[in-house]
Amino acid sequence: MIDFGFSVSPSSRINLDSVDRESFAALAKLEPDVLKCMACGSCSASCTASQFEPTSVRRAILSLQNGQVEQALDLLKGCMMCGKCTMVCPRGINTRHLIISIQKIYGK
Amino acid sequence: MIYEGKKKIWADYQKEIPEDHYFYVRSCIRQSFFPASEATFLDITRNKLGKDIFETKHHTTCGGIAYHSDAIPQETSMTIIARQFALMKKYGYENYVCSCITSFGLYCETLETWREYPELQQKIADNLWKSCRLEFAKPKFLVHASDLIFKYRMQIAAKSKFKLVNQKTGEPLRVVEHIGCHYSKMFPSKGVGGAEYPYVLVGMIEAWGGQIIDYPERRHCCGFGFRQYLIKGNRGYSVSNTHKKFESMEPYKPDMIITNCPGCPYFLDRWQYVIAETQGKTYGENGHGIPVFTYEEVAGLVMGYDPWDLGLQTHQVSVEPLLDKMGIPYDPAKKYLGRNGKDLGQPGKPHCLK
Repeated sequence: MIDFGFSVSPSSRINLDSVDRESFAALAKLEPDVLKCMACGSCSASCTASQFEPTSVRRAILSLQNGQVEQALDLLKGCMMCGKCTMVCPRGINTRHLIISIQKIYGK
Repeated sequence: MIYEGKKKIWADYQKEIPEDHYFYVRSCIRQSFFPASEATFLDITRNKLGKDIFETKHHTTCGGIAYHSDAIPQETSMTIIARQFALMKKYGYENYVCSCITSFGLYCETLETWREYPELQQKIADNLWKSCRLEFAKPKFLVHASDLIFKYRMQIAAKSKFKLVNQKTGEPLRVVEHIGCHYSKMFPSKGVGGAEYPYVLVGMIEAWGGQIIDYPERRHCCGFGFRQYLIKGNRGYSVSNTHKKFESMEPYKPDMIITNCPGCPYFLDRWQYVIAETQGKTYGENGHGIPVFTYEEVAGLVMGYDPWDLGLQTHQVSVEPLLDKMGIPYDPAKKYLGRNGKDLGQPGKPHCLK
């Protein structure tokens, strides 16, 4: 192997054909409101926990859709269940309940 | 499906390309990357098809490399371009054809800027007169050389000696087409098929018997990106783009890649060597890479030019497996012989890439 002084970076490409999408389908069946999210970020903006560690329902939903389960669970582990995100959601999603459902399906 | 409606929509994606009488300008880097491509273009259009393609030794680079590398401002490149257009008028031409995609993009950008800001156009015209004593002019039609080969594709097919067909199996060759970003991504209306459905290379492949491969990263950039490559520390970005494309096209087992840009064939070709030497991975059959060609080289191959006269020995990825598939004869002993049989010397062999 030759050292050229530069190298290939890991790809950020997500192959949706090779990730587990059944779990997300199960989540959508249990919590149909997850499909209503328009990724506005109101939940993240109002999150108290996110002041102290990375916490974001919006990004967690996106990660679950992309099959990045570990990343999604990491983004929710700081949640204190205060429910502020539920109060500000313009789509009326019960995000607090959604987080519990995510833990039910994906939690270890 | 309403066929008439589809036809009407597709008509919006077409580009008017005059048949003949062009002022031709070369690329500054293609002659060293792919030394016979431009000569082949001129030979095919002038001598094989009898077209009037005029070239003068007085033309220069468009300044695109320096402009996109932030070395010169836009007004400087505009004045260089105004001089090129003035030369076209001086020699009595109205149609302008350029060999380089970066130039093509910059010409489009310049013409659009002049259209939007007439006062800037006047300033450039004044600069041109002060510096060169040349009269300002704009081309009636601006086309890229691949547009012309696209227009002449059926005439080339009629004169072809070989097809893009595997002679052993009778199957069409599986061809990846890669369009340079500056061809139609910046100004979609200036390219055949626009930015959404670039048809310029697809039309050639279809006319010459090949089969198009549609793969997920088909419209992804090759990664050249000027500053990404020119600064060594940034080259990882460049090679990562190419790596992403090859990983995406690999399952479709392409036989060859055709491009219409100076940078794309160079980087898709050379980065295969770097990927092989750093990752130990090759994308062709039996440890070979996937050969990458310019559209002129492919036109030359189908018309029966000698592969070594087309400069295919300067490619990093060996082209012999593809020549064998197409049934094109070649003499391996003459691969590194230049004009009059002069020995050019042989390059070192890569460790991983055959």
